[in-house]
Amino acid sequence: MRDAAIVGVGCTGFESVTPDISYKEMMFEAATRAYQDAGNISPRKDIDAFISVAEDYWEGFSIFDEFVPDQLGAVLRHLFTVSGDSIIGLATANMLIKTGHFDVVAVESHGKPSDILTLYDVVSFAMDPILNRPLGGHPFYVGGMEMNRFLCETGNSKEQCAMVVAKNKGNALANPFAAYGADTDVEDVLRSDPYFYPLNKLDISQPSDGGVVIVLASDEVAYKLNDNPIWLKGVGWICDTPSLETRCWSEAVYARMAADMAYKHAGINTPSKEVDFAEVDDLFSYKELQHMEALRLCGKGQAGTLTEEGVTSLDGYLPVNPSGGMLGMGWPLEASGMQRLLEVVLQLRGEAGSRQLSDVEVGVAQSWRGIPTATGAVAVLSNC
Amino acid sequence: MSEKIKRFPGEQLKGADIREGRIPSVKHRPNVKYLWSTGVAMSRFLEGLKKGKIVASACRKCGRIMVPPRAFCEQCFKPADEYVPIKDTGTINTYSVSYVAGDASRIKEPILVAVIDIDGASEGMGILHLLGEIDDWKQIKFGMRVKAVWKRPEERTGSITDIKYFAPLKEG
Amino acid sequence: MEMFGKKRVAVIGAGMTLFRRNLKETGKELAWEASSMALDQAGLELKDIQSVVMGTAPDAFDGVHMKGEYLADGAGSWRKPYSRVFVGGGTGVFTIDAGWWHVASGQFDTCLVVGEEKMSSCYPHPAYAFTTIFDPIYARPLGVTLIWIFALEMHRYMHVHGIKKEEIARVSVKNKRNALDHPCAQLGANITVEDVLNSEVMCWPVQRLDISPTSDGAAALILASEDVAKKLTDNPVWIDGVGWCIDSTFWTNRDLYFPQYVQGAAQMAYKMAGIKNPPKEIDVAEVYDPFDYKELHHMEGLMLARKGQAPKLTAEGVTQRDGDLPINPSGGLLGVGNPIAAAGTMKCCEIFWQLRGEAGKRQVKGDPRTGLAQAWGDLMQYGSVVIMRS
Repeated sequence: MRDAAIVGVGCTGFESVTPDISYKEMMFEAATRAYQDAGNISPRKDIDAFISVAEDYWEGFSIFDEFVPDQLGAVLRHLFTVSGDSIIGLATANMLIKTGHFDVVAVESHGKPSDILTLYDVVSFAMDPILNRPLGGHPFYVGGMEMNRFLCETGNSKEQCAMVVAKNKGNALANPFAAYGADTDVEDVLRSDPYFYPLNKLDISQPSDGGVVIVLASDEVAYKLNDNPIWLKGVGWICDTPSLETRCWSEAVYARMAADMAYKHAGINTPSKEVDFAEVDDLFSYKELQHMEALRLCGKGQAGTLTEEGVTSLDGYLPVNPSGGMLGMGWPLEASGMQRLLEVVLQLRGEAGSRQLSDVEVGVAQSWRGIPTATGAVAVLSNC
Repeated sequence: MSEKIKRFPGEQLKGADIREGRIPSVKHRPNVKYLWSTGVAMSRFLEGLKKGKIVASACRKCGRIMVPPRAFCEQCFKPADEYVPIKDTGTINTYSVSYVAGDASRIKEPILVAVIDIDGASEGMGILHLLGEIDDWKQIKFGMRVKAVWKRPEERTGSITDIKYFAPLKEG
Repeated sequence: MEMFGKKRVAVIGAGMTLFRRNLKETGKELAWEASSMALDQAGLELKDIQSVVMGTAPDAFDGVHMKGEYLADGAGSWRKPYSRVFVGGGTGVFTIDAGWWHVASGQFDTCLVVGEEKMSSCYPHPAYAFTTIFDPIYARPLGVTLIWIFALEMHRYMHVHGIKKEEIARVSVKNKRNALDHPCAQLGANITVEDVLNSEVMCWPVQRLDISPTSDGAAALILASEDVAKKLTDNPVWIDGVGWCIDSTFWTNRDLYFPQYVQGAAQMAYKMAGIKNPPKEIDVAEVYDPFDYKELHHMEGLMLARKGQAPKLTAEGVTQRDGDLPINPSGGLLGVGNPIAAAGTMKCCEIFWQLRGEAGKRQVKGDPRTGLAQAWGDLMQYGSVVIMRS
């Protein structure tokens, strides 16, 4: 059995607020677009399984799974919820297809953080109730601590992190799906208010609302649904540890191990040469550098230099986050992985508009589940 | 449990020991607050309730009139075509008599709850609501006809509780 | 590039904790106890486990957002591919379905499947957490509680088929009595139909002895591919069918007398397992019973009884342990307890032990070869099924 392929994508775009539609209507729009893109399939009969990627507390309902089937066309069909990251949802769809019992699987994820009045209290609610939560405070201090250790151990600099912000927000100006595209100087970032030292205000992605649906198909039906299937060459996902006290604070171990899993299946030995571009999680500016090194796109301590030299810009030889990343598109909670996947698919299809990269064949999408986790996933995609 | 296994892990605690603080514990009340956009369909529904009407949505393809209204037909998987007011009378599909409140405590006067199929909507299209003006709940019957009893217009806020309850419909 | 192949999947070990209203162990510790017991039983160490699936129901109970992450280390998932599936009450059986695809896809040779729930963390009573499962616009403002919707469904089922409470009460009597033989059971007891009919009315027609309790607990299973399983045991139990199905969120638009979603899940699983005549081909079944009427409702959804006929089978003793179609020999949720996700996983463990002939006093007669476990979840919406064979 050959690789499975992405044959349909649908996105509502990402906005800072979406007061005119409910989350159900957002999901319906993303699903309608994706099914149309996938050769106009009917979810009522052509889709063998549906996966919704969601967490109760992001939505404000317990058992969010209840509220999902209608708007995806999955009533009395085979849908379930994975409480994880969207790339884990894609990995699950891939496993279903590889069992041989499913040909077409749809994966959905969305975020509507504008519906959450106390977003960062919800993030704190994920912290260990006995050891960490009683200390109080805004949970993003965990990011500050990690950035501090990362810069110290790898020699990357705050200035280089600020360059990531300028690059990504600039890229986002060319992305019609992005919420926070802007012309930002490195100086703007360095002078912005210190929030969780060494994180400044502009080092941190802002939340945005949006939804994405992706349709994955077995190789047997892929070409029937789309002339330009994008092959899932490898996928990996790892939970390092929930414990803050015993984790590695400088390296993104979860990303390295997940990438190794994905590269192995994809037959990639030297990612820095074999990967043409990457979309990585940049919830905080330093995360882009940390994830680049974990994905072995460069050596330890080199990610900042590559950024400074323009290697990871749209016109560089290893573009990273051509979409603008989350710094540019906004942080859509569990749909972060979808945002990364979407861009990789569009680039490999040649549908990325004015930010289209030339001659790309292999792209990597990586995601992280955010504070306070050390969990993430990686997918390797190719158009050949 | 297998007969090969002899050890059954788990240490039972008594509720009283927990309540009276004899078990070490950490308390936390999460500060999680949401304000959900009601979107297109629910906004119409709530605006309708404020005006004293029950609003449904219609799908021309399958012909269903759906309440609660939704912006899309989940059977045909297409956007709904229009929003239509329907009647505020209906038929009891199923009902129950509750002596228990949301926090599991007992209440003396039972709450009467029912699923009421609303007239004007497609068959089986019911909503959840309370029943009122019933002296003896044993008089409630499956298929009984009921009518919404509304709050006064100035008291309505655009909520399902703008209908106070459904009462037996007096025919004639 | 050829990535994976299809593989046959076996269950080779299982374990569980006590189920009690209040357990001292944290959620992590409960997951650990069940997982390590399952590993011991399978003759494996943690390093042999290639992937982990966690099933655990609302985060609101344990009081941790993204609680799958929090529980990961307790479930043996340090630096492993770990995912959490969540389909309400259906989670416990769905978790083994998820473990199935990890191995059947060929991506992994082993998978640890865990079901955990610590409802007692929700203080003072888990009932509070249940209010948040309802739609905030057309249900919550009415003060809806979980028991209301079960009562509405039970009443509809009774009305459509003309079933009396006495017929339903027999299920509670059977299951609580079966649970007396389960060493982990929370509420094993010898009660009578009269006891049920005289118990406190919660929400008519639901009475106190019709309901399963809230509980803490965990259960786990080890899955392995055929090659690995055959090296480790002479007695693998094969997963031959999996199924899951979800109905519309608009439960007030559905006729609740029949669980179509359970039928959808069963059809998917029966097709995969090649089962054409379920009542004849299934030797033993663990059917989800959070309320006694649910066992009957689900038996019909699983097509183990014709619509409206399940009470008759129960009255005739067919579903007793020594009957022709034993249902819930473990004692079910009514007897063993209901830590939401762990309860379904407990049912999978029971089928595993029954098919291996290890269920001791609970062992059903004959030589059961084909077993089924089923769970239900969401808002009268979800069916998950697994079919195992020895």
